[in-house]
Amino acid sequence: MISRRFILLAGIAASLTAAPAAAQEKSIVVASTTSTQDSGLFGHILPLFKAKTGIDVKVVSQGTGQALETGRRGDADVVFVHAKSLEEKFVAEGFGVKRYPVMYNDFILIGPNSDPAGIKGSRDIVAALKTIKAKIAPFISRGDKSGTHAAELALWRLAAIDIAKEKSDKILGPWYREIGQGMGAALNTASASNGYVLADRGTWLSFKNRGELEIAVEGDQRLFNQYGVILVNPAKHPNVKQELGQAFIDWIISPEGQKAIADYKINGQQLFFPNATAPGA
Amino acid sequence: MPENASALQLVLSGDPALYAIVRLSLVVSLSAALFATLIGVPFGALIALNRFPGREAVVVVLNALMGLPPVVVGLAVYLLLSRSGPLGELGILFTPQAMIVAQTILIAPIIAALARQTLEDLWNEYRDELAAMDVGPLGRIATLIWDARFSLVTALLAGFGRAAAEVGAVIIVGGNIDGFTRTMTTAIALETSKGDLPLAIGLGMVLLAIVILVNALAWGTRSIGQRVAG
Amino acid sequence: MRAFAGDLPIVLEDASVVAGALTILDRVSLRLAAGAPTALIGPNGAGKTTLLRLAMGLIAPARGKVSWDGSESSSPTRRALMFQRPVMLRRSTAANIRYALAAAGVGRSERAARVSELLALVGLASLGERPARRLSGGEQQRLALARALAKDPAVLFLDEPTASLDPAATKAVEDVIRAVSSRGIKVVLATHDLGQARRLGGDIVLLHRGRVIEVSPAAAFFSNPKTPEARRFVAGELLV
Repeated sequence: MISRRFILLAGIAASLTAAPAAAQEKSIVVASTTSTQDSGLFGHILPLFKAKTGIDVKVVSQGTGQALETGRRGDADVVFVHAKSLEEKFVAEGFGVKRYPVMYNDFILIGPNSDPAGIKGSRDIVAALKTIKAKIAPFISRGDKSGTHAAELALWRLAAIDIAKEKSDKILGPWYREIGQGMGAALNTASASNGYVLADRGTWLSFKNRGELEIAVEGDQRLFNQYGVILVNPAKHPNVKQELGQAFIDWIISPEGQKAIADYKINGQQLFFPNATAPGA
Repeated sequence: MPENASALQLVLSGDPALYAIVRLSLVVSLSAALFATLIGVPFGALIALNRFPGREAVVVVLNALMGLPPVVVGLAVYLLLSRSGPLGELGILFTPQAMIVAQTILIAPIIAALARQTLEDLWNEYRDELAAMDVGPLGRIATLIWDARFSLVTALLAGFGRAAAEVGAVIIVGGNIDGFTRTMTTAIALETSKGDLPLAIGLGMVLLAIVILVNALAWGTRSIGQRVAG
Repeated sequence: MRAFAGDLPIVLEDASVVAGALTILDRVSLRLAAGAPTALIGPNGAGKTTLLRLAMGLIAPARGKVSWDGSESSSPTRRALMFQRPVMLRRSTAANIRYALAAAGVGRSERAARVSELLALVGLASLGERPARRLSGGEQQRLALARALAKDPAVLFLDEPTASLDPAATKAVEDVIRAVSSRGIKVVLATHDLGQARRLGGDIVLLHRGRVIEVSPAAAFFSNPKTPEARRFVAGELLV
């Protein structure tokens, strides 16, 4: 009696879980960044891609470092991230087939409207960062090895401030706070602690819990943020869905895909600027 | 999902995306609770009815595993199911199946430990009578499980509650893929990080309601059990 | 319910039971044969319950031996034991009996009739659907008796079957015991109630500190005890 009942239950459970397995056909997994996901870009372009090709794109959104690691382990078919040097290393190591530039957006420095560092309206990100440190105003760092985190560290180096070294020398002050989380969490933290934070414009525009936060610095050339897309190498991981993954890449760098990216706007503002054909992007 | 909708509106309007998320959460956590019961109850019975060297240690470890951190389970299952891991061939990472596996591992110890306690208490009561009636080992286990069924359902519900409320394991092995592996808890984590608090709160309310419902069911099961079995 | 002499006589030869350093039964030799009920009497801690369990086959002697109709290994299919505090299964009254019938290997088709028969025998016919744990103490005792009889035993061991029951409930249980005995089932009961031993016993076994002091027919035991301990016990003195 008992065993019969248990078998019945197990059967129900099995049938429940079998349904998603069937729907799995003709789909790819794209490991991407929190910025593309949180900004809502995928929500806009993926339905267009699916309507055209019937391919279901499953986006696992992670930091750039984690997304590349997911690709390296063979758990994604395509990686779509923004850290050019890491992407090139990924391809050079043989984990990716080829890197294609897709689009860029820009970073902005966000801060409280009380502006304790007095940098609001500046177009010089390097000078702004130097001032923040000099005035020991709170600064929130992603600290999660994401593309945004890598970009932030590069900007500090341009300002002749070596965060990693100061940290290892234990002279980094408590004004610099690494939270080890995504963009949204960093913005939430900045909002709660009246700190500055480097953010991508896309996440910022769709971010709702702004509180006292506003843009402090924008428009500097050095704040541009290039995205690339890479097919995970089927030679390393035979399970990679080469054809479907390449179809996604081909579409997103095609005029149609590029237009879809340019068409995505929040409050009338364009978030991402397609540049698949730009040399050296 | 509609922009700027209040939490309550989202819940009451039956927003389809929200209900798909709720449905997936229920399917994953209920399946995990069933599988964990199929594993945990016989395992608990085995420990409850047998004396062997190291038994105390097994009981201590089992009780300790009730507090397994979900992220640790998530990481372990991730490494197991990753294409580069030992079970990569299955290709179920970032699917609901992977989430069920992780949650099953997470809550099987809870159900096993609760079942062990329940069955051992009942065994202490029944042992002499069943011996005098000359009931065999399998018959004993079946009798104990049947007579403790109401308590065991309560254990199942406890496991389900824990599974439905955890985020650490499912976000790692499920990947929080929109419309595919996004559960209530991972959606709450995501929407909070996006600063979309109304949706996060709406989902939080649904989750809370489910947890309350589960506890009401557990309570109801106990009182039915008392009426039926005395 | 006909009793066969399958397990009888039960013979204990120099059987001892120990628990740690404590000797609970000390070189007991006893023969339990078909016939009138045997009553085990003696003060608390004399070893009555242990003797019942030993004769039932639930425990093995540390020294000496126990045999059932000459066989030293015998599964208790024809023996039943009612514990002093019987545990009711978490089921209805009828389901408790049904369970015992199934455990005794009674076929599904026969069970319903046997359940009614046993419920009637112990006077619980109207309470079949009540959860067993909701029965009164006397009713539980009678249900336990019905459950013990489900396997159609040749010998029925009863451990203090009426301890803590009021006189009316005690009479109801004793009536059932008499009915059982009259069907040819060998009854062995442990009791510290001398009146009960006198009312039910065919033979009396006096135990004291784990040893058999005296075995006599009931009439002789009460009118003319042979040992000083038996004399003092019958006279109502405290055996310590």
